[in-house]
Amino acid sequence: MKPLADYLVVDFSQFLSGPSASLRLADLGARVIKVEKPGTGDICRSLYTSDVVMNGESSVFHAINRNKESFAADLKKEEDIALVKTLIAKADVMIHNFRPGVMERLGLHFEEVIKINPAIVYAEISGYGTEGPWRDRPGQDLLLQSLTGLTWLSGNAADGPVPMGLSIVDMLAGANLVQGILACLLGKGITKQGALVQVSMIESAYDFQFEAVTTFYKDGGLLPQRTQVNNAHAYLGAPYGIYQTQDGHLALAMGAIPVLGKLLGCEALEVYTVTTDAFDKRDEIKAILAKHLRNEITQHWLAILEPADIWCADVLTWDRLLVHEGFKSLNMLQEVMMKDGFQYQTTRCPIRIDGERLYSPIGSPALGQDNDAILKELTEK
Amino acid sequence: MKPLAGIVVLEFAQFMAGPTAGLKLADLGARVIKIERPGKGEGGRQIAIKNLFIEDDSLVFHTINRNKESYAADLKNAADLADVKKLIARADVMTHNFRPGVMEKIGLTYQEVRELNPKIVYGVVTGYGTEGPWANKPGQDLLIQSLSGLTWLSGTKNDGPVPFGLATADMACGAHLTQGILAALLKRNKTGESVLVEVSLLESVLDLQFELLTTHLNDGGRLPQRSGVRGGGHPYLSAPYGIYKTSDGYLTLAMGDLMKIGKSIGCDLTLYQDKATWFEKRDEIATKLGEHLGDNSTEYWRARLDKEGIWCSSVYNYQQALQHEAFDALGMIQDLKLPDGKKLTTTRSPIQINKQKLYADKAAPKTGEDTDKINSEFNIAER
Repeated sequence: MKPLADYLVVDFSQFLSGPSASLRLADLGARVIKVEKPGTGDICRSLYTSDVVMNGESSVFHAINRNKESFAADLKKEEDIALVKTLIAKADVMIHNFRPGVMERLGLHFEEVIKINPAIVYAEISGYGTEGPWRDRPGQDLLLQSLTGLTWLSGNAADGPVPMGLSIVDMLAGANLVQGILACLLGKGITKQGALVQVSMIESAYDFQFEAVTTFYKDGGLLPQRTQVNNAHAYLGAPYGIYQTQDGHLALAMGAIPVLGKLLGCEALEVYTVTTDAFDKRDEIKAILAKHLRNEITQHWLAILEPADIWCADVLTWDRLLVHEGFKSLNMLQEVMMKDGFQYQTTRCPIRIDGERLYSPIGSPALGQDNDAILKELTEK
Repeated sequence: MKPLAGIVVLEFAQFMAGPTAGLKLADLGARVIKIERPGKGEGGRQIAIKNLFIEDDSLVFHTINRNKESYAADLKNAADLADVKKLIARADVMTHNFRPGVMEKIGLTYQEVRELNPKIVYGVVTGYGTEGPWANKPGQDLLIQSLSGLTWLSGTKNDGPVPFGLATADMACGAHLTQGILAALLKRNKTGESVLVEVSLLESVLDLQFELLTTHLNDGGRLPQRSGVRGGGHPYLSAPYGIYKTSDGYLTLAMGDLMKIGKSIGCDLTLYQDKATWFEKRDEIATKLGEHLGDNSTEYWRARLDKEGIWCSSVYNYQQALQHEAFDALGMIQDLKLPDGKKLTTTRSPIQINKQKLYADKAAPKTGEDTDKINSEFNIAER
């Protein structure tokens, strides 16, 4: 039995943050019904990445919304709202990521919903919280990265701001929402009362940076300093970074500098005998390492460093990763199928329960594909 | 009342991934007890960034382990182990991230622990899962990023691999462990039986890339194409998505209609009326936009773009971001009380429950700080 079997989640959210949360709940066993606008549905259906179209819709929509049902309802129509309210009355969880004020206008805000279903866990994601001067601004991932200082941590010192190249804030906000929802479902087991869970992208972005922000305060407000070359973490000393080799790259996470010098046959490193040099002189040490490591292939260095227990790794692109035994042994991929028979490959849930990997063969739903079945259920009871 | 009040978690996990899960659970109301080696305590106490320590423990340790207790026990000592087993019998959750084989030697594998406590949720963090050629490789954040393909998404195509400049694998994995534990507690409450939860750093970073990997698996296996122009925001998104230099700083443009943007900032983009060019000619468009935006200040452009409802923002560093009134309004920081009376400023939980922000000003424990109290509370005989 999957851990969330028997739980019903009604999800009004769009794009990535909210829907990634309901995907996790679905993979853990919950039944998730997406409530979507007739005609267009979740805007993500047409938000293409590099114009990859799968069965008429964007690849990211298919990735985020597999294992869910779709119920098309026009929240501006009274009869549809009435139906949605009967659905909410049966739900354990509802999720939305509308901007502040929208659910109030629709009459589906927490104070109203708790009257329909006093035991519901009502979960919402906003961009910037419900107060403050930015509450009405668009909660979009790159904007959040830009406004929270996150773009000054990756890349080298002279690169200017460097975004993380995927929607990291959306993903983390979704992950936090899942935690809040599950915690409240547990709390509800005791109190029998519903709860309101609120997560914002901005708080999630700062939570992600909790180490760096705490360090910033403790450090008298000094800004993080990325290294000039081979930066991997603004607050870590040499050798922490990725280095070019003759045929690829090598990631090097630790190692006392003189020890590395000996192992790698790089005499210039052996003079850095003071422990604090690794941080204080990291730019010059990294430059020496970078020059030296280019002389041999990655495998040459790995063969020296791994037996000496130095933390290092090859740097893989997806094509090399996907055929590697280390990846294959995870069985991380699965094939899913939509109701119309369209099949596609995607990843699975990263959590294992009782030794089982959590797979589900159900692909993403066509817009409104489950209306008839859901209507029948609603009218039968 | 916090939602996890009454839940007891024993944290054998060290360093970052496992202990961040412990912190999340603690902030949601659970009682988290770290089980640590007498004296030295968990390894993370010595892992410092920028050489910053508070007394004997690193600042990083303090950041991750606030709001927890510490119980000192030598798991290689029979008497200590017997005491720990008594604690396990009373706990709801335990977590560890020992390498494969260690818990077997100690005698605290899931199979053995469920004999002591048939209702326990047992959470395990590994680097790469328990099978395959990487199972015994060190599960360290940068190595995981490097092996998972994540380093080819940021920066420009001329940069080589660019890591995410934070412990991203650890953070994602800690979140997944928390999710798994909470879901398992729900299951346990229903069935009355123990549950095993396993996560790995590698699977977590693959999950982080699930949108893009799904695209890769269905686009004929093309590799991500990063922009050739500095500031590119995402290898799979078209112009204008990215960060641009202005005369006094930077400006971020999210996805948006190029024709509308061109008009609003007075930049001739009429060559690109065909949407297909927004991806195909991404670098050319970004260069053109960059040259234009360099002529004036961030505020100047933002005022124009905001008026048209175009998604854009300034780019702040910590000095600018953390002093902004929008940050103040979040109430995101809290002061922990350190034993010497000083304060440590850090962040709070990002989750709000019933309109309450979850603050907890308890500082990280010293190794074994709570051993005596816990011994008497759980009726563990003193020696």
